[in-house]
Amino acid sequence: MINLQGYGHQILLGALMTLKVAFASLTCGLVLGLLGGAAGLSRRLWLRRMIAGATGLLRGIPEFVILLICYFGLTGVLYRLTGGDVSISPFAAGVFALSIVFAAYASEAFRGAFLAVPLGQMEAAAALGLHPGQSFFLVRLPQAWRLALPSLGNQWQALLKDTSLVSVLGLEDLMRKADVAGQATDQPFTFFLTAAAIYLLFLTLSNPVIAMLERRSQRGLARVRG
Amino acid sequence: MQGLLGSLSQLACGLALTVQLLALSSLFGVVLAVPLAVARLSRLRPLAWFSAGYSGFFRGTPLLVQIYLIYYGLAQFGFIRHSVLWVVLRNAWPCALIAFSLNMAAYVSEVVRGGILAVPQGEIEAAKALGLHPWLRYRLVILPRAFRLILPALGNEVIVQMKSTSLASTITLLDLTGVARRLAAASYSTDPLIIAGLIYAALAWLLGRGFRMAEKRFNRHRRA
Repeated sequence: MINLQGYGHQILLGALMTLKVAFASLTCGLVLGLLGGAAGLSRRLWLRRMIAGATGLLRGIPEFVILLICYFGLTGVLYRLTGGDVSISPFAAGVFALSIVFAAYASEAFRGAFLAVPLGQMEAAAALGLHPGQSFFLVRLPQAWRLALPSLGNQWQALLKDTSLVSVLGLEDLMRKADVAGQATDQPFTFFLTAAAIYLLFLTLSNPVIAMLERRSQRGLARVRG
Repeated sequence: MQGLLGSLSQLACGLALTVQLLALSSLFGVVLAVPLAVARLSRLRPLAWFSAGYSGFFRGTPLLVQIYLIYYGLAQFGFIRHSVLWVVLRNAWPCALIAFSLNMAAYVSEVVRGGILAVPQGEIEAAKALGLHPWLRYRLVILPRAFRLILPALGNEVIVQMKSTSLASTITLLDLTGVARRLAAASYSTDPLIIAGLIYAALAWLLGRGFRMAEKRFNRHRRA
């Protein structure tokens, strides 16, 4: 076993922080992505154009740059609004930035999935007298979820790896703890390799969970025989 | 005005470094990816396992960790510090290039693997029937065919790689992001970072257009 020289506890705390950032960003990103995907189908041209522009920018600009813009930009805005002492934490800036990036990709996935739900389903819902809101949540969304899941799974894995970027802002996540420990013990390779192994572990553990979600979302579907 | 021109010229230098890193790492990445993909499909199990392990490691860990492992991590080992490689490895630019190339090779090898598996079975059988040696089979039939199939996915990988190069700024390199960070810190303003972001977005759009044109050209024979 690798000798972590007493930094094991710190590394675990860092790993926990990484997970916190990832899950917080996932939650916000999914909600924003759903909204974005629904808005992308709107009848209003200005809304569709705005969403398309925002997604294009968020997917064309490096996540790292978006993170820096969010951190320094939000700090600047808060400074001007309050004239002084309020600052934004690296955690908040990190979750904000990672959420909007996740949302950009997720909204594309959801938009495609919404479009793929057969029109007949929505007509049936209307015929049954369901409000637009009800038909969206009870009919369209459950069926779209199944189609969006694979893309969302891939995006989750990208998100998990991107959380490492927040360490540059000073957040005490896995990368930062590994960095500090490596510098203190003059063994950066050992600690960064440990960090790499932990990220790999998280990603590997995600796969069966995503597979299970995909299987569950497909229950009740007729299978092609033979 | 003076300051603005100076800033723009610095950003231009940063952009040049970014493009340089992107071009070189893409080249090395693609060159490494082909043997990796072929190895993954090989009947020799150790070869296939090595390739799978390589791919799993470089795709399953953050690029930042990989960069830090090479730039900060390798310095831990005395035998590296005292070797002839140290002249190269102590500098940030080669370390960044190595990290980006190795990382890209892993992702592109998956794409190439997909392309090789998608080559129509009939063409491979024809090549075998002609008595072509496996090397020639790959060189004359399978790889050219796979290349056309994977062009769209390859384009996506290059665009992702362009975004990844921004991490070079974390090890002191003055690429577009590095310059923008320095300018932003000096002027207490987010504007340089926003401008850099827009330049990246424009570059992504350009690369997208370029690859779509290449796809059209390579599929000319299939147009109705």
